[in-house]
Amino acid sequence: MPTDKHLIDPFDQPEAEAAGEASAGASGESGREDGSSASGQEGGRDASGAGPAPGDDASGASGRQVHGDASGAVSPGKAPTRRTTAATRPGGTLRASETLRWLWTQLTSMRTALVLLFALALGAIPGSLLPQRPTSPVRVREFLTNNPQLGGFYDAIGLFDVYASPWFAAIYLLLFVSLVGCIIPRIGVYLRGLRAQPPRTPRNLGRLPAHLDFAGAATPVLLDQAETLLRKRRFRVRRLPDSVSAERGYVRELGNLVFHVSLVFLLCGVAWGALFGYKGTVALVEGQSFSNTLTQFDDFTSGGAFRASQLVPFTVKLDSFEAKFETGPVQRGAARVFKANTTTTMDGVSRQQTLEVNQPLVVGDSTVHLVGHGYAVDVTVKGADGKVAFEGPVILLPQDGNFLSVGVVKAPYARPDRLAFEALFLPTAVDSANGGTSVFPDALNPLLLLNAWHGAPKEATGVPENVYSLDTTGLTQYTKDGKPLRFTLAPGEVFDLPGGGSITFHDWKRWVSLQVGSTPGLWLVFGSVLVAVAGLCLSLFVRPRRVWVKVSGDRVEVAGLDRTEGRGGLDDELVLISDGLGLAPAPAAGAGSVASEPDAAEPPAGTTGGGTADDEGKS
Amino acid sequence: MAAYWSNLAMVTSVVVYLLALSAFAAEWAAARRLEPERALPAGVLVGSDGAVMGVEGPEGDVPSGAADDVTGPQRGASERVASGGGSAEGASSEAGSSDARDLKARLQVDLFGRMGLALIIIAWALHLTGVVCRGIAAQRFPWGNMYEFVTAALLFVVTIYLVLACRGMRWLGLPVSLLVVIGQGLAVTVLYVAVAPLVPALHSVWFVIHIVAAAVAGAAFNVGGLLSILYLMKIRAVRREKVRGYLAKLPSPQRLDELAYKFHAFAFPLWTFAIAAGSVWAEYAWGRFWGWDPKETWSLVTWVVYAGYLHARATAGWRGKRAAIVAIVGLVCFWFNFVGINLLTSGLHSYAGI
Repeated sequence: MPTDKHLIDPFDQPEAEAAGEASAGASGESGREDGSSASGQEGGRDASGAGPAPGDDASGASGRQVHGDASGAVSPGKAPTRRTTAATRPGGTLRASETLRWLWTQLTSMRTALVLLFALALGAIPGSLLPQRPTSPVRVREFLTNNPQLGGFYDAIGLFDVYASPWFAAIYLLLFVSLVGCIIPRIGVYLRGLRAQPPRTPRNLGRLPAHLDFAGAATPVLLDQAETLLRKRRFRVRRLPDSVSAERGYVRELGNLVFHVSLVFLLCGVAWGALFGYKGTVALVEGQSFSNTLTQFDDFTSGGAFRASQLVPFTVKLDSFEAKFETGPVQRGAARVFKANTTTTMDGVSRQQTLEVNQPLVVGDSTVHLVGHGYAVDVTVKGADGKVAFEGPVILLPQDGNFLSVGVVKAPYARPDRLAFEALFLPTAVDSANGGTSVFPDALNPLLLLNAWHGAPKEATGVPENVYSLDTTGLTQYTKDGKPLRFTLAPGEVFDLPGGGSITFHDWKRWVSLQVGSTPGLWLVFGSVLVAVAGLCLSLFVRPRRVWVKVSGDRVEVAGLDRTEGRGGLDDELVLISDGLGLAPAPAAGAGSVASEPDAAEPPAGTTGGGTADDEGKS
Repeated sequence: MAAYWSNLAMVTSVVVYLLALSAFAAEWAAARRLEPERALPAGVLVGSDGAVMGVEGPEGDVPSGAADDVTGPQRGASERVASGGGSAEGASSEAGSSDARDLKARLQVDLFGRMGLALIIIAWALHLTGVVCRGIAAQRFPWGNMYEFVTAALLFVVTIYLVLACRGMRWLGLPVSLLVVIGQGLAVTVLYVAVAPLVPALHSVWFVIHIVAAAVAGAAFNVGGLLSILYLMKIRAVRREKVRGYLAKLPSPQRLDELAYKFHAFAFPLWTFAIAAGSVWAEYAWGRFWGWDPKETWSLVTWVVYAGYLHARATAGWRGKRAAIVAIVGLVCFWFNFVGINLLTSGLHSYAGI
């Protein structure tokens, strides 16, 4: 395990001189080891936080280290006790409580969090590359048929439903446990440090990265002035006998904590929605209506805590559905307009509303989304006895982008023989003599291609049947010249079957697929995401800074230290402060000691440097 | 008509970007001839041999950050002439003549750099015209398909670069122009689709919010990724003590790392917001805020990898090189999410139109 010296935030050393040494070390390391300045200065993210200042010293510092990056597991404060217990027992043994504690520190360490993050990223990938049961069950079945062995293996480890699989849940739950375990102690530290004073002034300010020295500039009121000035610049100020110590940027750790806590709330919101929510789909042909009851859905899923009584009673009638497609040369056939005109009735009040893709209906606590559409054919089937055996629209399922649609017309009550037809609908038909195909999604040349079956009436068993496919057991296909009989109908045409009976194709209609659902925790989900983004911005853009003004004899020193890397503008701010204090602009020895880097470049994001007073405001 | 001008401007911009790339390449090829130790930034010298610094002349005296300033060659050189008697007092007359040769070479190098910058500004103006005309032709914001998204996002990349170049980071010109030439080149050749209105699923105010956030975040991720790659190249060169040519002109590894971090730190919240905005939109359009659509999954993967990057930078043993590698993995995820998912898988985000 690499040394953890970087993790000890040099700025939280208990003693002033230690702070001076350590910070000088952190600033002067430039070429010693890459990233080591980051180690000291990026303390806000792990080891330190804007926690209590050295004022409350050892406990704070060591405590922070434990739940910061606990890769070191043993903090300096705890190390001695650990060592003594180890000495009284044979090496390598831990008591159960110690083992648990060790496990807990491991789990809540940054290193583990990092590993879990990568595990989450890796774990999410197969779900995007393999077909998933919830979204494409058909392709899963195809995969299993084509690759029985591999598919079986995949299935066994849950790769066809990754996001509901136990191992995926294990990753994110562990991640959240780790997060909570890391965040809770840090919240405590943060709260205790809320009113903490800035640290004592280091003895040797000259070793700080930015330092100005003014000989003979001291006035009796200088420190009072400095205090006022720094407060005006929104520093938290601590007055010491011969110096003023100031710090700002405490919000950074707050933002950090808010972000992580919001993630927990986000997970709660998602869980809430998943437990109490429901989602159902229903297909409606123009003119049909739907009531929000369990039996009317074609497809329904709900969370474990959902009760059918939660369904708000309302009806939606699809008055008409308008679909327009691109007719120009570019992207011909692409969808341009989908507009469903609906009448919603709830508590006896009817409202006419337009339902569009990005404009769901909101009824009670449920929303109605437009998720699909297709063609239905309005047909009448008469049996050989001349009686109407079936009448109404039949929903056909689109098979391609040009809405070649297939389905089945069933007339089980036709007598003497029951009748059934396999239907192929071509909205813009070409080449219908050879099977035909559709070349445009709109119904410009609608044709219905059918073949017909007949058979003895079936016993009513009550077993549900798939309305979109035909079970041909007990049925015989009509033939013509030894070949299956196929015939083509345009709207308004009738075909008389060879064995008596007929089918009339009155017209085509459109149907829409509506998704009705309710996700109760939605406000919590989006609220926590919003708060999380805000917290994230604070934690990334607020850059804590410390400034000291020290008087020794008639000499005045102004020094500063950024607690995060890449802040920029520290020198400018020091100059502004010393100007504000009326200190001579040409200091004797210190001019060259402004050693922090010139603010060569800043991304458009963060503070634009310049060290203006509104730095924190901008962040 | 606007579509015609858009296409013309876009194709021309590719050509001019290519010229800019050549100029930047020439700049760095010419920089190879410079004596390596002269070009070595101070920060590196401290690491390898602190003693060199004292006699190294003006450049050695300036703190490491000054090496960022790549208008530097000229300024450094003129400073050298001006202060020739000052810090490098003991320099002999033959050293002076080699200085003059060096100065000439440096001015030549700088000339190429300036040409590159001028060309990239022209190309950017053409690019901007192309994107704006595309919007006018389509009567909407021009990021409705892959072609439009690439051109818009790359416009953001170049805009970021121009801002940076004004702040002394002209040295990023080579990788940026390389990225843009490849991206724009593919856009106008492979990804091109003619102007067309949007499908109903995109008729939403979130079309603006979600996609702009994604494009700007993507642009910043790309710039940050380039910086991370440069960082890795630089620390490798520093470790082998072979810092020459282009790499010598780059700032110290530490500074590169910091810059890369700044871009990632800027892009990450924006990317978070883009995902969040996308999920709000998905709730409106598809009735669920998260459905593990391949695009959604990969934006989460990208997000998680970049979250890993931010955490890695705060974890012992992960700083520096490893963190930079994580950032590059994040960028690869971003690209895969854009190219791979759009073209290879079938999901709800299939707007490539090709």
